[in-house]
Amino acid sequence: MSLAPTPGQTVGPFFSFAMVRDGCADLVSPAHPDAIVLHGQVYDGAGEPVPDALVELTRGGDDGWGRAATDDEGRYAFTTLSPVGSFFAITVFARGLLDRLFTRAYLPDAADDPFLGELAEDRQSTLVARADERGYAFDIRLQGDDETVFLAFPRD
Amino acid sequence: MGRRAGGTPYLRRVTNLLSSSDAAVSAQSEVDAEIAAAAASAVVGEPQPRLDYPPYRSSLLRHPTKDLQPANPEGIELWSPVFGEQDLDPVEADLTVQHSGEPLGERMKVTGRVLDGDGRPVRHQLVEVWQANAGGRYRHEKDQHPAPIDPNFSGVGRCLTDGEGRYAFTTIKPGPYPWRNHRNAWRPAHIHFSLFGTDLTQRLVTQMYFPGDPLFSLDPIYQSILDPNARERLVAAYDHDVTEAEWCTGYRWDIVLTGSQRTPLEEDT
Repeated sequence: MSLAPTPGQTVGPFFSFAMVRDGCADLVSPAHPDAIVLHGQVYDGAGEPVPDALVELTRGGDDGWGRAATDDEGRYAFTTLSPVGSFFAITVFARGLLDRLFTRAYLPDAADDPFLGELAEDRQSTLVARADERGYAFDIRLQGDDETVFLAFPRD
Repeated sequence: MGRRAGGTPYLRRVTNLLSSSDAAVSAQSEVDAEIAAAAASAVVGEPQPRLDYPPYRSSLLRHPTKDLQPANPEGIELWSPVFGEQDLDPVEADLTVQHSGEPLGERMKVTGRVLDGDGRPVRHQLVEVWQANAGGRYRHEKDQHPAPIDPNFSGVGRCLTDGEGRYAFTTIKPGPYPWRNHRNAWRPAHIHFSLFGTDLTQRLVTQMYFPGDPLFSLDPIYQSILDPNARERLVAAYDHDVTEAEWCTGYRWDIVLTGSQRTPLEEDT
């Protein structure tokens, strides 16, 4: 039996009072000895930060999922452990974005992953986090020349 | 990160459109014409909203312009967060009892099932809802609609589906509200829903509407789903068997996620 899917709709502007709870961006305690920070900014097609986006992060395993709203500068941050596998799975929602987008944040040492090799060379870097003093930085660009690669799964 | 606005022809066109729409100067008739033009371009088998949908002004700079990259889900993408009874309070499923008094408005129950694309119930999984109050006002600091806040209504609910995939909330019917997409723009009354499946690829955030809303044809968010049958799947049905005598009206709305990408477990069949 195959059923027609319920369509998506935008998360709208007023979601944080419902969707964002204290600590939901901390997959593990910041005091955890292996805790790292994955952070970044979300930008629109004019290069402006998106202050009303919702980013969900999956690393897998126990304590495997979290959620963060962007701030006025479009910034988000998670405290997490390294992903189970070579990438974090990321889902993006925003006012103005009519359905969710899926992407992946590969760690720098996974930059030779076969999936990245399938992409045009000038777009591969949009899926690779860069190491910095806080942990890893991963910016999300919804539109434009340096647009993040977003994914379509077979049964989407 | 500097501004790149004004660079490409697309950005110039969008900037012009947005500079006029920021002041909400587009008339409903202009938006209606854009909605009609988009509808005329619909192709068969387009069940999801079109991300590039100019009548919804905020989508102009927030949709990808490059094709989505086909990908086979790997590893953690075949996993989903699991929420348990310990994560929720049963009172979260009744939005009318979360304060010292009762909220104003039409008390209603909304219930239905969450299924995957193969018709299997999505069991013991989290359903989140949020909504405006009966006057069309959200309890969000940035909502400036001059309708009263209801001190007895937060508009936030959560529950887990049961073993058959059923969810149920008691709430009040939200009101329509104005927004600044264009002049005299109003959203049809709706409840936001957030759903998880058994793997990440099934993640869904959407909106449930009420039957017969006169604002449907005017609303670019609803109309961004070009297939009429698909967008009607967002409209709940009034169900007199859900309605409770001397207490509340009842609506039924079933939700179908995309198919699970996992090999079904025996317990799923």
